[in-house]
Amino acid sequence: MAAAGSIRGQRGVTENVAFEIETRNLTKEFGHRQALRGVNLKLAAGEFVTIIGPNGAGKSTLLRCVAGLSKPSRGQVLLRGRPLDASGTDVRRRIGLVSHETLLYDDLTAVENLRFYGRMYDVERLDSRIDELLRRLGLLRRAHDPVRTYSRGMQQRLAIARALLHRPSVILMDEPYTGLDEQATEQLHRILRMMESGDQTLIMTTHNLNTVAQVGSRLAILVAGRLAYDAPKRPLSLEGLSTLYREVIGASS
Amino acid sequence: MRAYLGKVAIILWKDVISEVRTREMLSSMLVFALLVTVIFSFAVEPGSVDMMDLAPGLLWVAFTFAGILGLNRSFALEKARNSLEGLMLTPLDRSGIYLAKMLGNFVFLSIVEAVVLPLFWVLSNLTLFPLAVVLIVPLGTVGFVAAGTLFAAMTVNTRAREVMLPILLLPVSVPVIVAAVKATGAVMAGESLAAAANWLQLLAACDVVFLVVSVLIFEYVIED
Repeated sequence: MAAAGSIRGQRGVTENVAFEIETRNLTKEFGHRQALRGVNLKLAAGEFVTIIGPNGAGKSTLLRCVAGLSKPSRGQVLLRGRPLDASGTDVRRRIGLVSHETLLYDDLTAVENLRFYGRMYDVERLDSRIDELLRRLGLLRRAHDPVRTYSRGMQQRLAIARALLHRPSVILMDEPYTGLDEQATEQLHRILRMMESGDQTLIMTTHNLNTVAQVGSRLAILVAGRLAYDAPKRPLSLEGLSTLYREVIGASS
Repeated sequence: MRAYLGKVAIILWKDVISEVRTREMLSSMLVFALLVTVIFSFAVEPGSVDMMDLAPGLLWVAFTFAGILGLNRSFALEKARNSLEGLMLTPLDRSGIYLAKMLGNFVFLSIVEAVVLPLFWVLSNLTLFPLAVVLIVPLGTVGFVAAGTLFAAMTVNTRAREVMLPILLLPVSVPVIVAAVKATGAVMAGESLAAAANWLQLLAACDVVFLVVSVLIFEYVIED
């Protein structure tokens, strides 16, 4: 049965729809350590939530559970109301993941990497899709160079192309700014703003408040595996965001 | 099923392309196996009775340890940029990742065996080359890489994976190696394949058990 709820969409209109992503009491334990403690998160289609929190708060674990890379110890992840673990392998076509690792093969060229993943996802008209993405992400000139010759920023843009290749409805980004210089960071900001205007649901984790200030429509703060704050993003200055973050962390500890 | 096998072939092809570019796996496997063969030919007098007793064991020592070198590399390639997670995100049952990796390891080890086997025969001055060896070697290789691929996936995230893999794999693959050595020894001695039937049956049984168990549990091995 599809989970449905009364949510406030991006246009501020209350409507009854199935959530694109929902986590119910999501708990993940590694031995005696609890990385996630009963996280409940609901995202409508088209929402862009940025999740911040200190190191070890469980941000990456949350994304790994939503991506199906890690099995929850308790609780559930639902995609459009269907439990992820009972949806078979086809549900993975709806998810794209950008990690701080690129998930690419260094010895293959950009085109070969994208062609490999495209075939794995049965992408139609693959060559034109690869061409389109490489052009959008400014990599067309280096399309036939091995990935190991790319700068960190170029590799990250190619990783985004890989995640978008099969047109997923949900894009998960785990600290995508890791290791990027200022210019590459600005480029990634531009790409994310472009993605924000699309109809995809985005979850991005970061510990950089400057990034939070620039992208996303909703803000969540994860502290010690618990969702300590979750609200639509207010137009706050960097200082205001920093104050809010400190208050939430302080209240949670 | 066709789509499943198609995706297994896509991963296998990607591994072949990567190996053709880097030659990291094949070169180390070949050098090791050839070194064992050459050293052995100098250590034991060609054509002697000792040679007939030692040859099957030494042949499989060369294959086994060359295989371990390759197995260690097979998942290291996926570990470099965490691309194993990229494979896990694709709409392919995780057993397909295992099958592709297992087939890749089988192909690479078979190439090494195809080069080493004739050379071993020549350097060891063994006059008779029984065609049955061509059946026994792939049978032994399947069982060895079936278990080896699973253990390589298990140990890829450990700190001392080069040491951990043989420690875990060798005790498990003892039945395969012993059966392969015994069957190879029998046909080398000029006996018919029927004389080695028991060993061949053990080899085939090990192949099936290792393959089925590995396919079933691979998902749990690579997940958190």
